[in-house]
Amino acid sequence: MTLALRTSGLGKHFGGVRAVTGVSLALPRGARHAIIGPNGAGKTTLINLLTGMLPPSEGEVYLGEDRVTRLRADQRVKRGLARTFQINNLFPDFTVMQCMLLAVCEQRGAAIDPWRHVARRSAEMMAARDVLRLLRLDSAENTVVRELAYGDQRLVEIALALACKPRVLLLDEPAAGVPKGESQALFRAIADLPGDVTVLFVEHDMDIVFRFAHRITVLVSGAILTEGPPEQIARDPVVKQVYLGDRA
Amino acid sequence: MSAALGAPRIPRLPWREIVFWVVLATGFWLWPKHLALASQVLIAGLFTLSYDLILGYSGILSLGHAAYFGLGAYAAGLLAQRGWGEPLSGLLAAGACAGFAGFLTGFLVVRGQDLTRLMVTTAIGLLLFELANKLSSVTGGVDGLLGIEMKPLLGVFRFDIYGRTAYGYCLAVTFLLFLGVRRIVHSPFGWSLRGMRDNPGRMLALGYPVSRRLIAVYTLAAAIAGISGALLAQTTQFVSIDVFSFGRSADVMVMLIVGGAGVLYGGLVGAAVFTLAYHYLSALNPVYWQFWLGAFLIAIVLMGRGGVLGAWTRVVNTLREWRGEAAAQP
Amino acid sequence: MIASLLGVLFDGLAYGMLLFLVGVGLSVTLGLMNFVNLAHGAFGMLGGYLCVLAMARWNIPFLAALPLAFVVSALVGLLFERLLFRRLYRRSHLDQVLLTIGLTFMAIAAATFAFGPQQQAMQLPEYLSGQLNVVGVDLNIYRVFLLALGAVLVVALTLVVERTRFGAAVRAAVDNARVAEALGIRVGLVFQIALAAGCGLAGLGGALGVEVLGLDPLFPLKYMVYFLLVVAVGGTTTLKGPLYAALLLGVADVAGKYYIPQAGAFIIYAVMVILLIVRPQGLVSRS
Repeated sequence: MTLALRTSGLGKHFGGVRAVTGVSLALPRGARHAIIGPNGAGKTTLINLLTGMLPPSEGEVYLGEDRVTRLRADQRVKRGLARTFQINNLFPDFTVMQCMLLAVCEQRGAAIDPWRHVARRSAEMMAARDVLRLLRLDSAENTVVRELAYGDQRLVEIALALACKPRVLLLDEPAAGVPKGESQALFRAIADLPGDVTVLFVEHDMDIVFRFAHRITVLVSGAILTEGPPEQIARDPVVKQVYLGDRA
Repeated sequence: MSAALGAPRIPRLPWREIVFWVVLATGFWLWPKHLALASQVLIAGLFTLSYDLILGYSGILSLGHAAYFGLGAYAAGLLAQRGWGEPLSGLLAAGACAGFAGFLTGFLVVRGQDLTRLMVTTAIGLLLFELANKLSSVTGGVDGLLGIEMKPLLGVFRFDIYGRTAYGYCLAVTFLLFLGVRRIVHSPFGWSLRGMRDNPGRMLALGYPVSRRLIAVYTLAAAIAGISGALLAQTTQFVSIDVFSFGRSADVMVMLIVGGAGVLYGGLVGAAVFTLAYHYLSALNPVYWQFWLGAFLIAIVLMGRGGVLGAWTRVVNTLREWRGEAAAQP
Repeated sequence: MIASLLGVLFDGLAYGMLLFLVGVGLSVTLGLMNFVNLAHGAFGMLGGYLCVLAMARWNIPFLAALPLAFVVSALVGLLFERLLFRRLYRRSHLDQVLLTIGLTFMAIAAATFAFGPQQQAMQLPEYLSGQLNVVGVDLNIYRVFLLALGAVLVVALTLVVERTRFGAAVRAAVDNARVAEALGIRVGLVFQIALAAGCGLAGLGGALGVEVLGLDPLFPLKYMVYFLLVVAVGGTTTLKGPLYAALLLGVADVAGKYYIPQAGAFIIYAVMVILLIVRPQGLVSRS
């Protein structure tokens, strides 16, 4: 069985600083995998390595059968890897539907069409609505992104990533900045993610991690400290020490 | 430059636009003594439209767009000078030539941020200016190309001294290219350009090969700029190296901003306002023109932009508010 | 052969030093406040015209006119910062380009009106004219002076940036303005001082450069691409980057014009293209 996402000895150093060292991950299809770790552990760098925003100093990244280590970010998206951003990275002046159409049109190869009016691309609009419905955003279709509640914008982030029809979905701190009152919608959205999509999340919010992850990797100072199912990680004294500090 | 519309809807018949072009078409009767000036306005308008594609819709800061205008002008001019005076084929050749140059230089322009793009485009413009200057035996230098003779348009319409054929020619070419750009701007490709302007990083994360698409639009814009340059050469039967000047590149930026960037008609309106103002005011004293143009630019920036069309939209919105209707979109 | 090579190198370095002095302020404004100031060359022009005026009309000796050029340009820069520039830090680069182009047009028009469109000539003092013979190579004394003064200024700048608290504040602000502000560094004040210094240096460079770069009302436009090149290639996070870029540019330009007079002017464009292809992120960049 091929793994959906695999890395072997992935590492990145900037001059003398080793941001990420020897990270090897193995995610089967449909996995719900979380990466946790204190600030400065290298989580953001790891995400940038996985998505192709940063070239690695060592190691390889595989999406299914394909070795994608040398591919650009947009090429990896076409091979099935999509991501969300920790801070909402949308198009503030566009409506939700317009944002979605950007994603859907490219995914379906319609974005190079310089001739037909975008309003006539009904197949793409339907596909966009399907994703929005999954996330219960369909009523916000014509709302300008800038005017949405922050929690809803977070959902649009996820909708955009889903519109790329990914095999692997990278969620970068999906709960970041979402007020407590709006987190229910977010939990529902994550729970409703399609079962055949492999989900890797980087999170600080332990609520989400323990609710959704089947396996957790703990990253400290750029290297993997330990890995295992949530109950095991929760009981691990070394992990507790890393998070709560040294209490000899 | 708001792109916020309601859900993209099938457009109804655009009455205001139809009126606009009909008025222009009746120019033969409305301003028969000023057809040459009107042709200049159309040429500037087409040039600015091409610039809107890269700045207004794609967010590429360029101060060297005159390079492609000049290439088109010289391509058409040299063809005519060497005996090939057929206007339409010359026009197409000029467009192809300028478009090809845009394609070659595009990869340098799309990489990097605003400052790098400013530098590269300024340098390209200056480079061509210097080159044209050095090759003055071919280009005629500052004195320009002479001996450009155009054959009749479509074999029937001779270029007359009243500028009637020229005006009709410029109007037809500008209208057709305008229609083409209009379709592109409303297409999925056109919307993706706006996306790349507003958030290129996000577009990459959605799978867009951003550089490649930008090179495509840059090539197209260069070709259209080349066509407008060719129109200048063919209708005035003169080209000199100041088609490549930095001043021309800076002027087109001003024209676009005055009219409103990213709103399609902004280029035409801005070009009209600027060209007419220049024609009537700068003759008074060129130094004053430059000084007050500079002051005007500063004023525009400080008082918020949207240009003439933006101001018009605000007026319309205010009127509509008084009448209790929803706001119009630019 | 070697003699002419050394001569070209020497001239090129002096020329590059001037480009650095005038252009470094642009790098500072971009790096600190993300502000694209295309009018930067106008401050160089101001310094140049002031120096010419001071020497011709008010009989101020050259070496005294130089600090005058520095101080006045710095003050004018400060004035513009308070009145105009600070309103644009949050606006788009397009807005900044438009406004500073407008300023440039006004400066050119004003200079044409006040001084006429012709090149300005400068009467260099006796002790700075003529040649010096060093190891068989004839070196122009003025260029020796330029290089020496430039080197002193670069050392002084480097010391300020790396050894003083002000320099540390500047580096912190370039790195992350918001955090710097939160740490108590008054970023606005830091920027005003840095901008004034940058404009002052530009004015000084313009005054020094009348003899080498020439001076006419079109100076800000003529050299705009050079300054943009220095900053785009040299980057905005270090002093060394723009320095190396400027020196490289100076040598390439002088060498090109000397060895291949037909195509000399195009050498810098070729250099620019090559550098951009090879190092799209600039010569000295922070990872």
